[in-house]
Amino acid sequence: MSVKTISVVQDLLATNKRAAAAIREELRRRGILGVNLLSSPGSGKTTLLEALADRFRDRRRMAVIEGDIETERDADRIRAKGVPAWQITTGGACHLEARMVGKVLGQVPAEIDFLFIENVGNLVCPASYDLGEDLRLVLLSSPEGDDKPAKYPQAFLSADALVLTKSDLLPHLPFDPARAAAEALAIKPGLRVFNVSALRGEGIDALAAYLDEALERLRSVRA
Amino acid sequence: MHELSLIASVFDVLEEKAREHGAARVTKVVLKVGVMAGVVPDLLESAFDSYKKGTLAEEARLEIVRVPVRLRCPDCGGEMAREDTDFSCAACGSRRVEIVAGRELVVETIELET
Repeated sequence: MSVKTISVVQDLLATNKRAAAAIREELRRRGILGVNLLSSPGSGKTTLLEALADRFRDRRRMAVIEGDIETERDADRIRAKGVPAWQITTGGACHLEARMVGKVLGQVPAEIDFLFIENVGNLVCPASYDLGEDLRLVLLSSPEGDDKPAKYPQAFLSADALVLTKSDLLPHLPFDPARAAAEALAIKPGLRVFNVSALRGEGIDALAAYLDEALERLRSVRA
Repeated sequence: MHELSLIASVFDVLEEKAREHGAARVTKVVLKVGVMAGVVPDLLESAFDSYKKGTLAEEARLEIVRVPVRLRCPDCGGEMAREDTDFSCAACGSRRVEIVAGRELVVETIELET
């Protein structure tokens, strides 16, 4: 019997990264912008998607993949807006992985413009998993407090844009949007910041314009 | 709390390497875990200990090597360690720094008994 040490150097996320790369290639080939939404539970991801569905109506076609531990509730809310939605229930897992998204991808209509993937509500684990998206939005709602970026740096570091939600509650809360943005920008310079109230429809135009620009950019590279 | 699914990936690697090398047992596993990898070493250890029962790594020790954050600055060429989450260049203040280490989740080496 002999003992030997071997060098392995194997990335534990390699399988997910490969699956994500295949999804990204497929979406780009079809000219679809993939958008991954990350936040704590209750920050307003589904409500933001409902507001975007209203904003894009008749102008852009979207589809939504919903990730939750249990229930079909979020997908039902999106379908009520006339938008195709698929619910992935992870049955306990705290994040979506690329292969879960890959399984649904075949059912997503080819002629859409945006594929939104609403991750499981969790500001920690989903940050580590690339889902093949081209844009990652992290949401932070005013009741959560403006000190969260430095406490959960991975989520903000991995994002392209920060959406500060529930701005309609600001008069009642000590939340300082400028402080939240500054803290996030210290972690991720160049992060785009949006202030929205999805309930009142405020700030949705600016976010929709940002998504439009990203879509045009993706299609111009492809053309 | 995705440590258990990461440990499941570790065991995929262990089984594959043990087969390749004709080994009957794995006695030690070294993981490199960046401080910004988003996982908790203690939870990785508990997940490893519960997962290993009845496997070829039943007696294996898990060693976790923490990798601190290192930044490289494209503007002044500096490279530096950083302990907080202010990712700017300590030398010139540039905000365009790249994170070159501190996010890894890697099976570095394994010790096999053949």
